[in-house]
Amino acid sequence: MDLKLTDKPNYRANLWKRFSDWDNRPLRLDQFAAEDPANGFSAFNGKKDPSPQVTVTNGEVTSMDGVAAKDFDMIDAFIAHHHLDPEITEEAMAIPSPELARMLVDMNVPRTELTRLARGMTPAKLAEVVAQLNAMEISFAYSKMRARQTPGNQGHVTNAKDDPLQLSADAAIAVALGFDEIETTMRVSRNAWSNAMACCVGSAVGRAGTLFQCSSEEAEELEIGMAGFTSYAETVSVYGTESAFIDGDDTPWSKTWLAAAYASRGIKMRCTSGAAAELLMGFHEAKSLLYLEARCLCIQRGMGSQGTQNGGIDGAPLASTVPGGVRELMAENLLAVWLDLECASGNDARHSESEIRVGAKILPFLMAGSDLICSGFGSILKYDNSFNPSSFNGEELEDFLVLQRDFEADGGLQSVEESKALYVRRRAIDALSFVFQDLDLSTPNETMKSSVAIASGSEETDSYLPGAVAEISKQIKDRGITVVDVIRSLHKGGYVEEAENLLFLVKMRVSGDYLQTSAVIREDKIISAINDPNTYQGPGTGYRLSEQRREELANIRGILDRESILSSEAVYQRGENKCVVYNAMGPAEMGTDKTEIVVGLSPGFGIKIFRTLAGRPLSAVLAEIKSGIEERGGTVRFVRCRHTADTSFLGLTAAGLSGSGVGIGLQAKGTAVIHHKDRLPHNNLELFSNAPITSLDHYRAMGQNAVAYAKGDAPEPVVVPTHGEALGARFHARVALTYAIETEMTQNGARPEHIDVTLKEMKS
Amino acid sequence: MSDKPLTAADYPISENCPDLVVGARGKKLNDLTLEAVVNGDVTMDDLRITPQALLQQAQVARDVDRIELARNFERASEMTRIPQPLIMEVYEMLRPGRAADEEALLNLSNRIRREYQADNLADFIQEAAEIYTRRGLYKSRF
Repeated sequence: MDLKLTDKPNYRANLWKRFSDWDNRPLRLDQFAAEDPANGFSAFNGKKDPSPQVTVTNGEVTSMDGVAAKDFDMIDAFIAHHHLDPEITEEAMAIPSPELARMLVDMNVPRTELTRLARGMTPAKLAEVVAQLNAMEISFAYSKMRARQTPGNQGHVTNAKDDPLQLSADAAIAVALGFDEIETTMRVSRNAWSNAMACCVGSAVGRAGTLFQCSSEEAEELEIGMAGFTSYAETVSVYGTESAFIDGDDTPWSKTWLAAAYASRGIKMRCTSGAAAELLMGFHEAKSLLYLEARCLCIQRGMGSQGTQNGGIDGAPLASTVPGGVRELMAENLLAVWLDLECASGNDARHSESEIRVGAKILPFLMAGSDLICSGFGSILKYDNSFNPSSFNGEELEDFLVLQRDFEADGGLQSVEESKALYVRRRAIDALSFVFQDLDLSTPNETMKSSVAIASGSEETDSYLPGAVAEISKQIKDRGITVVDVIRSLHKGGYVEEAENLLFLVKMRVSGDYLQTSAVIREDKIISAINDPNTYQGPGTGYRLSEQRREELANIRGILDRESILSSEAVYQRGENKCVVYNAMGPAEMGTDKTEIVVGLSPGFGIKIFRTLAGRPLSAVLAEIKSGIEERGGTVRFVRCRHTADTSFLGLTAAGLSGSGVGIGLQAKGTAVIHHKDRLPHNNLELFSNAPITSLDHYRAMGQNAVAYAKGDAPEPVVVPTHGEALGARFHARVALTYAIETEMTQNGARPEHIDVTLKEMKS
Repeated sequence: MSDKPLTAADYPISENCPDLVVGARGKKLNDLTLEAVVNGDVTMDDLRITPQALLQQAQVARDVDRIELARNFERASEMTRIPQPLIMEVYEMLRPGRAADEEALLNLSNRIRREYQADNLADFIQEAAEIYTRRGLYKSRF
């Protein structure tokens, strides 16, 4: 190609090009904000954060965190009245914060002693204590302080069309994956009743006891709960400043009323709060994220909420823009569990476009465990998530499963086999379709059903659109259809197991057992902070994986073992048998031909292994090396080594037998070396170590260079270019298994054999 | 139900003391079978939580020092007697700027106390009324 003058690279740019590379990474889509305590942009040190302080006179709190009772805003007043225990306050506030911080990470201080003291601490005190902990200490304290011993997880089940068939199928998948709770919401708010019925039916497929919520307008959410479709709620939002609370159109008293209303209908309820909500709403009062969240959490404990969904939530992306923002999110989760609340620990709205930041953020929670690690793991694809993309979504679900396996840490989920996935999807779709038809709501056709069964997301379905769903939803609401009607209908349609599962969950509400702190249902039993309390007191205590659970976590999709390698090789054997014949001709002799290149093959070459890691048939590799040698005037002789499978020794053995003194060592997996008989074993002429990316052209060039060395030339070494592939990750399991198959075939002291290689069909 | 308050050892009540769990129409947990549902013998009324169940859960919560949670269950227990529209009406009135003055909330409080024997709830509304007065929360926002 002719180069024009202007094609000359310009070396006079005023920027190191690495910055351009960095600009193109997903990370650089994230924004970062300067720390600005006066304007609310501070994780731990707000300009107007008060110092911890309290006075109690005659059993009444008369001042708190520097504010006299007469000046309390409504939040101060609520906390002073409903959170602070005057009998504990003086004792708790007198303990120096550094000492309390140490108690949080001291495995010998019981959790219950710390939760008792928390009842006497003001928001400023609580914030001051946890701020002393570094990220690892926060994580450790969290694992000790969380309320229920067994960790769990919650998933979102939504789609962009509000398609009930897909909701049902996806709910069944969420159940199979192990979510303890599933949460839906709508693109079109009037579709709430349809979404509720669809997820309710889907969540009854496969196993009983998955709690379900339909996030909608408060009055409607309560009504849907009263109709028996849902079993929990977490839409009761709480804010850390009076102005933000009022802007959110509520007060601590209205929210407390609502909390009791949910309980009075037998519905589990947790509040929602999180860093940066006040900042987003413009009412931060120059206070830090952590201090404001401490106020939110004291309100929630005072309300008598069994738990919270916190850790940023919708504010997580904003909290993560400031220095220490992610540590703050962890700290506020710690505050929640210290206050003895169930914690659905955020890891919800995706805080970053960087997969590294997302993975790093989840890890402390995965290792520490949490009542619900995500307060909304996107079990569906990102575009189908009607809340917003989560930290983890349908796309990244397997990444999460592998993290569980890597760290042997229970994130509450497990793999679903392909056949089971399709079965539960179809079952959920058919069950809901029958209920729709039986209750005279709609009659979906087979195309709709089968399109949903196999679809990864709603863009691939030929099913309901939001408009049609609105009519179904209206019918359910207007006709007062309840879960009892659905149970009867499922039974009538032969979905007896699903009917039983649904009834089991609805019966649970009569006793109110799942209203207690951190309650979920596992294997038909309620477990909560009462009968499964976190008893961590150091190594060997607290939550440990059972052998069965460990196996569930280990059992991810696509695991290689020796048998799978051998059986996949056997498939290639037939093809190779048509291309090449290896005839053993007895012990290999020393060569005398000065143009000769000896190629030393590994023990399993063409016997158990038939293609390289790059997928090249071994016959083609031999043909290329042979051609390369011959076209430069050399001759080729093949020997099989049985005393070694190591590339260097294969090469050195071949070189030792070669009349030219130059040999090639070739493993069945494609790793190769050009060697000379007078060199040390690992001081070869050329090494081709990256078998997975070594192409046939490279093997041909290898043959050419071997001849050049034999002639005493110094050829340009063959370079196999890499593009930064993580070859170890991609191939090492197979490499080690393949190599083990070869080493197993070696015999000490076995002499190399001359092999007559007949290539029947030349590959190019 | 015995006079002795339930403790953590009685929890889960549905498993450890199933006889204590009785629905609004007198049905016990064991009566709530699929067959009974299919036959029409079980309705949503049988599947609602009862005031007694909430008080039992409050006892369990108190036993594990979750006093505020217990109080919530006690308020909820009273609320089971209140019809849904009134629950939502009180909720609406407790939101900022809905009640025109303290009087409006106090009237609600009296009504709840008088008609539903809900002292905890009535006290709670009264407490809100005092704070709302001091913080000027009767101002209409829209």
